[in-house]
Amino acid sequence: MMRALYGGQAVNEALALAMEMDERVFLAGEGVGVSIHHNPMGPTHGLLDRFGPRRVRDTPVSEAAIAGLGVGAATLGLLPVVEIMFFPFITLASDMLVNHAAKLRYLSGGKTPVPLTVRVKAGLGFQAGCQHSHNLEAWFAHIPGLKLVSGSNPADMKGLLLSAIFDPDPVVVVEDLALYRAKGDTPAGDFRVPLGKAAVVREGTDATVAAYGRAVQVALQAAEALGDADGLSIEVLDLRSLVPLDRSAVLESVGRTGRFVVVHDATRFCGYGAEVTAMVAEEAFQDLKAPVRRVAAPDAPVPFSPSQERFYQPGARDVISAIRSLL
Amino acid sequence: MELPTKEQRLRILRSMILVRAFEDRITAIVQGGDRVPGIQILATGQEAAVAAVHALGEQDVLVSNHRSHAHILARGADPRTLMAEIMGKATGVNGGRSGTLHLIVPAVRALMTSTVVGAGPPMAVGAAFAQQYRNEGTITAVFFGDGAAAEGSVHEAMNLAAVWKLPILFVCENNRWAGAQSVQVHCPGGEIVPRAASYGMSSEAVDGNDADAVYLATARLAAPARQGNGPSLLELMTYRMHGHSEADGQLYVDPQELEEWAGRDPIQRYVARLLDEGICLPPEIEAFRETAAATVNESVAFAENSPDPLPEAALEHVWSWSSSPGASSGGGG
Repeated sequence: MMRALYGGQAVNEALALAMEMDERVFLAGEGVGVSIHHNPMGPTHGLLDRFGPRRVRDTPVSEAAIAGLGVGAATLGLLPVVEIMFFPFITLASDMLVNHAAKLRYLSGGKTPVPLTVRVKAGLGFQAGCQHSHNLEAWFAHIPGLKLVSGSNPADMKGLLLSAIFDPDPVVVVEDLALYRAKGDTPAGDFRVPLGKAAVVREGTDATVAAYGRAVQVALQAAEALGDADGLSIEVLDLRSLVPLDRSAVLESVGRTGRFVVVHDATRFCGYGAEVTAMVAEEAFQDLKAPVRRVAAPDAPVPFSPSQERFYQPGARDVISAIRSLL
Repeated sequence: MELPTKEQRLRILRSMILVRAFEDRITAIVQGGDRVPGIQILATGQEAAVAAVHALGEQDVLVSNHRSHAHILARGADPRTLMAEIMGKATGVNGGRSGTLHLIVPAVRALMTSTVVGAGPPMAVGAAFAQQYRNEGTITAVFFGDGAAAEGSVHEAMNLAAVWKLPILFVCENNRWAGAQSVQVHCPGGEIVPRAASYGMSSEAVDGNDADAVYLATARLAAPARQGNGPSLLELMTYRMHGHSEADGQLYVDPQELEEWAGRDPIQRYVARLLDEGICLPPEIEAFRETAAATVNESVAFAENSPDPLPEAALEHVWSWSSSPGASSGGGG
């Protein structure tokens, strides 16, 4: 059964389902129970009332301890879902994720899996400035042992999160705050999107645009505009899973279109797009009719002023000019 | 609180003697050549800490730090596979991926060892949370040093453990050195234990070179955790007789101080006490030493005769799928 849900509700439904299905699942973070924000569409709204304070744990303001809690509990067989309130705050938790969550399976020779899920609220466009808005996914994509996903619509946000929670590896789930308020058809029940599978969200033949998170909407807007204005047929690939990356989906699409653009809200230099474009250049060079292109935020912190933030955030116009430059 | 039984005390003594023999052998090998790869970090002089491990229950969880051999041997891990791991061999308890620094022996509930100083306590909080969540009645003991106590993560862990009344025992081995910094230099007052008051935790600082005192304090402080009354902090006042690692020449250490602490050697003191109290006789002590030497000989032989791991096995166990060849291409799976 499909219903239209907001992204925040879809996340909420995934969390509630996971807790219903499996006693090992618990939530922890700052404000996952009682929040300063009353938002009935929010991702953890109502879960404290429903599941109680044993399983929905508001923590002190202690990101290292929140992440350590998750790592330690996961090594003893629980399925923790911890929340980092804003992506830049993950720097305070990064030792736990980089040196421990990612490495304990390896160090133990496979004896100590870390089935941890870290939900991170991310994105820009809400005038919070650069210490609340800073998309750091490339840091975590760079860490062997971590998985990383970022849904672009309520259905995928739900399905990826459920897969992450029951995955044996640590998964960082990037939730774009803008998408909490975006509505989309969402399957009811235990709906899962497999990790490592991209989705073709618009078919096309002239160029491939790969994106994830909010940027998928930007890519779709650009594809539509180019179809109308230039008569171009643009394929849009929603990567969904950044690690593992669905390499064959990217290469297969580029094989058909011969042109490749990647789009993300994070900054450009050493951003996630650098890896994807390098892969295309290395492995699909013979298919390319033009250079690969990246559309990303400029290499500066996220500005505060609304006019500056609009300038800074990649938009459909940027994607359109990138694609036109390939033709 | 009563003294440990005769059997317990003899077990503690055997354990201390084994740890010393095991680590002395590593020192000898390092000094004699290069048969042990990497950094060797030993607990020489701090062996009475094994009494804290022996005061734990079989199902309790241990989280250790870079100076871990004593804890893990006392927990009952196989010295042969530990030595093989320390030498980077395929038969090592972690297949050679860990070496001495990150030993993980789930079979004896040695859940993890972190060499990131101060990283153990937050994860121990997670382990203790799991124990509380499942109402196990078990506890987690996490060992860290006076140096680690300067890390913010240790504060976060203690605070969270205290507000959630988690079943955890924080064991600070104050060996008076953090790298080349004396505890008097890096820590106001030189003691960690006063901090417990600010978390509302029970705490004790004891002579960390007195195995009976360590055992008793551990048992006392573990009790509230077991009863659901939250964490405690135990500080073992001891001394790091070797450098930070075996590569450290201790040029910054006052030789007179080293000599003073050599006079408080935890093994000599325990032997003297147990003999004095008639708990055992000199031939038994001699037998303990011979058994330990034989175990260490056997462990070194086992390690030296073990094959190196296959180079390509370095790519296994990164992710749950990564025994497949695709692992080498990173996120490609």
